[in-house]
Amino acid sequence: MPWLIPRGLAAALALLLFLSAPARAQEYEALLPGLAGGFAQQAETVERLGLLGDPRAIPLLQAMADARLLRLADGSLAPQQGATPPEGATLIRINNRVRGALRGALGRLQLVSPDPAERSRAAEGILRNRSAADIPLIEAALAREAQPPIRARLELALGGARLASEDVAVRREGIAALGASASPEARGQLLAARAANAELLPDIEAAIAAIDRRLQLRRAAETVFQGLSLGSVLLLAALGLAITFGVMGVINMAHGEFVMLGAYTTVVVQELCRGIPELAPWSLPLAVPAAFLVTAAIGAAMERGLIRHLYGRPLETLLLTFGVGMILQQVVRLAFGAQNREVISPDWMMGTLLLPGGVAVTQNRLWIILFALAVLLACFAAIRLTRFGLEMRAVVQNRRIAATMGIRTGRVDAMTFAFGSGLAGLAGVALSQIDNVSPNLGTGYIIDSFMVVVFGGVGSLMGTLIGAFSLGLLNKVLEPYAGVVLAKVAVLVGIMLFIQRRPKGLFALKGRAADQ
Amino acid sequence: MNRRLVLMLCVLALAALPAFNALPADHPLHVPDFLVSVVGKWICYAILALAIDLAWGYAGILSLGHGAFFALGGYAIGMHLMRLIGPRGVYGHPVLPDFMVFLGYTELPWYWLGFDWFAFAFLMALVVPGLLALVVGWLAFRSRITGVYLSIITQAMTYALMLAFFRNDMGFGGNNGFTDFKELLGMPLNTGATRAVLFYASLVTLVLVFWGCAHLTQTKLGRVLTAIRDAESRTRFLGYNVTRHKLFVFVLSAMIAGLAGALYVPQVGIINPSEFSPGNSIEAVVWVAFGGRGTLVGAVLGAFSVNALKTWLTSVAPDLWLIVLGLLFVIVTLLLPKGLIGLLRRRGS
Repeated sequence: MPWLIPRGLAAALALLLFLSAPARAQEYEALLPGLAGGFAQQAETVERLGLLGDPRAIPLLQAMADARLLRLADGSLAPQQGATPPEGATLIRINNRVRGALRGALGRLQLVSPDPAERSRAAEGILRNRSAADIPLIEAALAREAQPPIRARLELALGGARLASEDVAVRREGIAALGASASPEARGQLLAARAANAELLPDIEAAIAAIDRRLQLRRAAETVFQGLSLGSVLLLAALGLAITFGVMGVINMAHGEFVMLGAYTTVVVQELCRGIPELAPWSLPLAVPAAFLVTAAIGAAMERGLIRHLYGRPLETLLLTFGVGMILQQVVRLAFGAQNREVISPDWMMGTLLLPGGVAVTQNRLWIILFALAVLLACFAAIRLTRFGLEMRAVVQNRRIAATMGIRTGRVDAMTFAFGSGLAGLAGVALSQIDNVSPNLGTGYIIDSFMVVVFGGVGSLMGTLIGAFSLGLLNKVLEPYAGVVLAKVAVLVGIMLFIQRRPKGLFALKGRAADQ
Repeated sequence: MNRRLVLMLCVLALAALPAFNALPADHPLHVPDFLVSVVGKWICYAILALAIDLAWGYAGILSLGHGAFFALGGYAIGMHLMRLIGPRGVYGHPVLPDFMVFLGYTELPWYWLGFDWFAFAFLMALVVPGLLALVVGWLAFRSRITGVYLSIITQAMTYALMLAFFRNDMGFGGNNGFTDFKELLGMPLNTGATRAVLFYASLVTLVLVFWGCAHLTQTKLGRVLTAIRDAESRTRFLGYNVTRHKLFVFVLSAMIAGLAGALYVPQVGIINPSEFSPGNSIEAVVWVAFGGRGTLVGAVLGAFSVNALKTWLTSVAPDLWLIVLGLLFVIVTLLLPKGLIGLLRRRGS
């Protein structure tokens, strides 16, 4: 958070601000002794300090409200430190009237406090207050406030305060200001103000309509983001399948378990890094290659040991890989326990990013979208630009000719399967950030990923990309209307109907390769 | 002739179980209650295995969603059993089952009408799976979705149904499903006599289904199905309507699975959406593969042997069961492509 200026610096800045207004500083000094006077004088002084708006008064007034303010032997005032007051100091007493004045003054003063958290709290307080008397105060605070979140709250408070004004012109101004926001709270204020402002009704209705439009837009933007986020997860999970299923024709039902192994590799890497302070913040980036290598190695072993005996028998391969998945899942359950494992997200992935228009975006999901696109690009590059990719395409197109050209097709098979499995591992690293890491992590994604591959067209990375994002978006667009489960069911039914029209998916291979 | 004799002896041995259960508890030949109910369950599984074998072993349609047909049959009978509870539920509502009272229903949803009548519920246990198979099969076979694509589609089907049945507002009891059944056809459940009746009903059904399938596969229709399995395009070019044949066997198979589910639920006394889970369907496929697909005896043998292993292992070493089951998948596909039956026949010859 860039606006978190160190507290000392902020205090110095505030001090500088007040030095430039020496008259006010002097007035502050002159007012202080009044705090030690009689109750009536105390209350008046407190109110004037509140109006003056000098944040130096905050600790004193706070101490006074807590009955901790002392008049020291030299006549100056200071909050009590420690359990017993120092020699010669007397405690300043207050009554209920002073207490009331203190509450008001503190509320106002905190609006200009150097501490952003305190300012934010004060803004909330004044937002609830909604009194026309606060208008100049809020305006003054707004003129100084630099942080967008607090400014937004203050503007909302200013609109509410203006709405409470006696003056019709001011009220109209308030309505316009509230109408320019995109906040449900402003909408609530406007709705509440309808009864009392019969003459301004058209303005209010227009303002509410404007807010509704903006809110709708924001919701749409958020839905799109959620859809992209789900799509990126599906893309990651489906990319490996697109390689093993699409390119090799091997249906790998253990793919979900490879995703799960990737997530557990992340857990293990994190535990290993915990002991080394220099490495701890880098555990996630380190987990990326680790997960790729672990799952790729297991994939290669599985291809060489088991799957290669079953080429040309897809149904048997399906059963075999399902069995392997079952074993992997149970082994992990026995090794790590059935309960969820925690993966700590690094700081730079946490928190929410506020985009213009108030669209809230969770950072880890944003990173996963970027990661998914990066992995996709890497896949493209690996297939199009490397020697391995060339050999892989050659074997897919014509295994026997490729073999006569000197390509070791068995090795290429193993590497292709390892590559697809490694991609599943990468998906696991990403999923560990947003889902529970448990032995059945993969089962939740496997059917959806198959749908992506079938929908997008077998053997096409472009199809996988489009398929993943369109299914993700479709799911999230349907969810508000149909609920999570029915949306999923609707998407599944939709895919079944879709492949009626295009049995080979969106991006079908053409020509000779399509026959395989 | 020899084979038929062995089969008949097996059936007789099974039929003897409830009779021995009826013996006094201290009798040396007494069979414990749990064994009767467990074997009764296996018989239902064997019927399901026959259904899968008919579609997969004979027509080459590997459905990974037969558990859905099984569960739908079970739900149909479950609805009947729920209606029979009547006012004896916890809430004592005269018409509505407990979960509906709990969820604030005021009247029975329309799709529950008629289920208070056993014949209707039994018919639905066949018709609903059949209709679902008809729709899914028609969509799939028409556009020539075959092989693994069909497997994935059927798996997605059972997955979608599982998600749907987990919802409370479907009107099927949400994730608790149906349980606390009281009686069926005037017989209180949970008595030895009812258990025996259900056991014999399942056994008779198994024998009938087996006999029917055996005949079907010997007819011309059955031969065409086998031809489709071995060379679909060639059969089509020879002028057979492949789509219609596949659709027929798929629907028939789904109805047999529904029948198995209908017999299963009164015996276990509960049905819930986890029966729809894709894992259940694929486990049933492994029974068939392990026993020997393409042979009806193999399917039944597979269902009995794998489930016997499961029952034994889950009581001895529950952690190991899934690993052993996974190994079964591997062994069957790599080492025993013809299953146990293939092994036995090789020994025999």
